[in-house]
Order: sequence, then C-alpha cells, then structure tokens
Amino acid sequence: MSFHSLKEIVSAAERQKKPFYRVVLEDDMSERMVSEEESFLAMQAMYSAMRSADESYDGEMKSASGLVGKDGQKMEEAIKAGKTISGGFMGEVMARALKMGESNACMKRIVAAPTAGSCGVMPAVFLTYQHFFHVSDEKMTEAMFTAAGIGTVIAERAFLAGATGGCQAEIGSASAMAAGGLAYLMGGGSQEIVHAGAIALKSLLGLVCDPVAGLVEVPCVKRNVIGAVNAVTSADMAMAGIVSRIPPDEVILAMRSIGMALPCSLKETGEGGLAATPSAVEITKKLISDF
Amino acid sequence: MNLFDIVGPVMVGPSSSHTAGAVRIGHIARRLLNEPVKEAEIFLHGSFRATGKGHGTDRALIAGLLEMRTDDERIPDSFAWADKLGLAYSFAGIELQDAHPNSVLMKLTGTKGRHLEIVAASLGGGRIKVCEIDGLEANFCGDYPTLIVRNQDQPGHVAEVTSMLAHKSVNIATMQLYRDKRGGSAVLVLECDKEVPRESIKWLEKLEGIYKVTYLSLEDVEEGCPA
Repeated sequence: MSFHSLKEIVSAAERQKKPFYRVVLEDDMSERMVSEEESFLAMQAMYSAMRSADESYDGEMKSASGLVGKDGQKMEEAIKAGKTISGGFMGEVMARALKMGESNACMKRIVAAPTAGSCGVMPAVFLTYQHFFHVSDEKMTEAMFTAAGIGTVIAERAFLAGATGGCQAEIGSASAMAAGGLAYLMGGGSQEIVHAGAIALKSLLGLVCDPVAGLVEVPCVKRNVIGAVNAVTSADMAMAGIVSRIPPDEVILAMRSIGMALPCSLKETGEGGLAATPSAVEITKKLISDF
Repeated sequence: MNLFDIVGPVMVGPSSSHTAGAVRIGHIARRLLNEPVKEAEIFLHGSFRATGKGHGTDRALIAGLLEMRTDDERIPDSFAWADKLGLAYSFAGIELQDAHPNSVLMKLTGTKGRHLEIVAASLGGGRIKVCEIDGLEANFCGDYPTLIVRNQDQPGHVAEVTSMLAHKSVNIATMQLYRDKRGGSAVLVLECDKEVPRESIKWLEKLEGIYKVTYLSLEDVEEGCPA
C-alpha cells in the first residue's frame, strides 16, 4: 500500500470527498494493477469465505490436542436458552468468534484476518452485523476494505504476528480492523473509523502471546471473543462521538514499542505466561510430539 | 505487502507458519522432484518437531507432497490420501545445525526413481525458504521459477547456463553460487522472471560436468492430486 499512516488515508478521503474504503480500494487497484471489479470481487470472495467457514462449523469437533472444541456450540445453546445477560447481538458475536477460532484449531478452512490465530474477530463482528441489520454484501465488502486499510497501516507501522509483537499484534489488530469496519457500517466517516480502530487497539495494548504447548488453541480461541466484543464497544464509543486522545497513528506506534519491549518468552514461544503455569507444563508434557 | 496479505489468505488452520507454510514446502518439494512422490522420509526440527502434531504440520507436509494447496479441505485427511495414492512416508525428529526453528529435512524418491533431498524452513505468514538441496546450500523462496544446477566446480558452467537463459530471453532475478570445495561439487541457484523452457533444461542435463538439474516451475502441472 502506498499509505504509511491512517492520517494519510483520512486526508486523501477528505480531500477527494470519498469514503475511507474507496481510497483503500483505489490504492489496491494501482498497487496490484487490477480493475475496480477485480479488486472488489477479490474482497467479496474473502467475505464469502468467512461466511462459509462460519456455516461449516462442526459443534462436535475437537482439535488434535483435545484442548479446544465444542465451546461455540455451548455458547449458542446458552443464548438460545436465554441464559446470557449481554444481549442477543453480543451473544451472537461471542458464539461466532468461538466457532471460528475452534474451526481454525480443528484444521478447517478459514480466512486469516490478519492472522490465522485471530481469524474469528472480523467474521464474528461483520456476519453478526449483517444478520441483525440486513445490509447488502456490497456494503459488507466496503467494510472489509475499511478494515483491510487499517490492518495494512498497522502492518506498515508495527507488526501483525504474535511472534514479533505478542497477541496485541494479532487480536489487537484484528479488533482495530473490525472496529473501523463496524464504524463504517454504522454510518461513520473517516474520523469515526480511525478513532474506533484506535480505541480498540488501545484497549488491548500489552496483550502477550503465551499459547499453551505452543498451539493456536489456549488462550487464542477465547481471545478472539474479547477482540470481537471490544470491536463492538469501540465502534459504539466512536459513533457516540468519543475520540481517542492519542492520535490513531501514535497508538499503532505505541503497540510497536510495547511489542519490541516484550521478552521473547511472551512472543509465541510457549515459554512464559499461561504457557508456563503448572497446568500448562503438565499439558505440554503429554502433548509434546514424539517425532 | 498488499491488501490480501492482510485479509487473507483463505487457508486450512490452525497456523500460517506450521500448517500453511508446511503445505507450501511439501508442494514446492514435489515440484522440484518433477514427478509424483513414491517415498518420503521426513525429519522435523525445532518447533516443527515440538508442536508439529498439534499444528498438523505432518499432515500439511504430506498434503503438499500430494500437490494440495494451502486451502484444500482434504489436508487433515492427507495420510489417507497418501495411502490411496501410493505415497509411503515416515516421520522422525532431527537436530539440524544452525537451522530456523521451523525447519524440515525431506528425502524424496519419485515414481520414476528420481531422488531429492531438501531442507526448507517456514518463516511465518505462510512464507517459506528452501535452504538446502541435495546437501548443498540454496536460498530461495519459491515465488519465482527457480533453476538449480549442480555441476563439477570448473570454469564455464555459469556461462553455459546464463547464456542459455539469455538466448531464451529469460531474465535472471537473483543468482547464487555455492560449492563444497575447490574442484568439488558446485550449485548454481537462479530465480527467474519467467519460466525456463523444458527443452533447455533437458539440454543442460546432457552437458558434460553437469550432475543434476532441478527446476521449480510455477506453471500448473497437469498431474495434480486427484479430487
């Protein structure tokens, strides 16, 4: 992408009187030398793949390690039984995030967004929004471009991999992307979009990557839920007119400096944090591959 | 980095490095062998070895050897497909020297008897690197058509290969040269901007002093994994 900051995208959008997503789309057309139709259809295909992945969830499946599986189904049942207190919309967001995270752990087909470990955040928020508010696939695709624009700037200014920046780089970025896309769907302009993203990312700064036995399972699956829920609350805040006191581009740089300061044991090595608890060590001993 | 590196790829989980990257390594190894794999001895190193079962790295590598792509839903069942298609495989752990944590050594034999020994690493986000071919250093990512020529370390072979490419109007993107010792075995690794014609590869193979020519084509091969 030719933009190195959110500010540049926002300025271009305001100068050209275009929506945020449109600037991102046109940049993709010139970067990859493709037509508008090609770019749009490619993004729409990503959204369709997210929907297929959501629909093909198998509530009976467990991962190879046996650590995760069936929780998305449990969540869905609790919602149906009226046992949850966080409301229908949030309930569906939670269930979808769990389902996608579990599908990933169970070797099903998913869309890395931005990574495989954080693949549940965007679809949880977007598919649920479409389900509740009956928006067209075209509009949803525009929200996907909005989210992708935010993600690309984060990749440019910081990082997206847990091994480089901790979980804040994966779930944090996914949450910022989803929040921005959601703000757009709710009728927000460029400012609301980037502030929703900034609020979401700020709230997850410092989140470490400490997977038990090094697998993308515990706590990754459930962290997709917090990323998705946080995206919804951040978009709501931004649409209420609340802004991030720290400019969005600076929040991204803060994420970068935190990621660099994190010790290696908390960056996807499976050596620190939850992975180093006695229970995790016990699990790891049993799971260690015998190649 | 483009937009679809950020949203996408569509892939079979759970890990872009341990699963999608492993499929790509298998796939590239199969293409380098240039014939269906009959036998594969696979040795896992580092994090591949420690977490490979939980990440499906083993099944992903076999899927790649059977020419499945990173979004193929048959990846979890690749062992059954290997049995069905006559690919015999074995897995073991190994301690490779100075290797990337996500590395694998594969010793492959093809259905027509061709051999290939390859060390490759998964770098994250599905990107990979081939580190060694037949015991000699190599260093390429599989994103370009790649020509690997193994020859006796003597004057003239680089000129033969590069003038052939010039004659066929194939531009060289990167070029590396390694040897084990003076006058011993040398390897030339060339990443090219377009495909090298098959007949030129056959011509190279017949030249004196050239031991082996391995080629990574990115063109779609006809004999894919049966659906």
